[in-house]
Amino acid sequence: MLTLKCPYCGVQADETELHAGGEAHLTRHGPGSSDADFESYLFMRENPKGVHFERWRHVNGCGKWFHAARCTMTLEVFGTYPAQTTEPPKKIRDAITVKRPGWTWRELS
Amino acid sequence: MSDPVLPLGGTQYEGLVDVREAGPQGMIALRGNLADASLQEAVTSLTGLPMPDMRGAQVLGESGVLWMSPDELLLLVPYRQAARVCAQLSEALQGQLALVENVSDMRAMFRLRGTQLRDVLAKLAPVDFARDALPVGELRRTRFAQVAAGVWFSDDTTAQVFCFRSVAEYMFNLLCTAADPDAFVGFHAG
Repeated sequence: MLTLKCPYCGVQADETELHAGGEAHLTRHGPGSSDADFESYLFMRENPKGVHFERWRHVNGCGKWFHAARCTMTLEVFGTYPAQTTEPPKKIRDAITVKRPGWTWRELS
Repeated sequence: MSDPVLPLGGTQYEGLVDVREAGPQGMIALRGNLADASLQEAVTSLTGLPMPDMRGAQVLGESGVLWMSPDELLLLVPYRQAARVCAQLSEALQGQLALVENVSDMRAMFRLRGTQLRDVLAKLAPVDFARDALPVGELRRTRFAQVAAGVWFSDDTTAQVFCFRSVAEYMFNLLCTAADPDAFVGFHAG
């Protein structure tokens, strides 16, 4: 069972109270962008075995979107953080480094 | 004014806990910047209750302030006063980015009483119902089986559960099943 702490209301939310929102920190390429950028925005997703960053919505709760850093293999949660950011905060990245030295995810490490 | 009609007509069930449909309860949804001093002043003066902390449920009788999310409160007022309080609140918040809506008829509310309360609720929601995990006066929004619900304890043996009106019957049946006298658990007792 996956439980994530909602950074907005502080509830330890069970997976079934949440709605998965896919990969986090995508850059939206809309009208006027190149075909390659638009394609990668629409279709290209990470599918890592290990550290991953995801969006979740606390749907049976406060209703807010937030981000979570977790391990896809062990379900270990490294941390959750509010969605008003374009990259994981340093605290989260440091927490991952402690648990998974040498981790990489897209251009992050 | 037409008479309010409860979703289930005030039905009740006695099992491990007493399940009773409560209401009609006036409810006002308020969205806005909860840190704003004038919003806080309007809320506290209209309800006569202090601002709740995160996840707090400040309730006294038919009045209350429930913390629903970082930008949303649910004000409980006597049913007949809901329209008036709603208008007063809208006026007090004029010029602010805030939404005020009378949602009194949107939800169903149940009052649960009994010593086995925490065991009964724990059958239905993925929530730690231990006394220190969900203390009296804290609101927990969650799901009960398949529907969204909110619950808070007004004291150790009394809880209020609310859900959308359209799923009132489903919720009542759930609560009755969980409170079946043959389904004693005894985990949270004592």
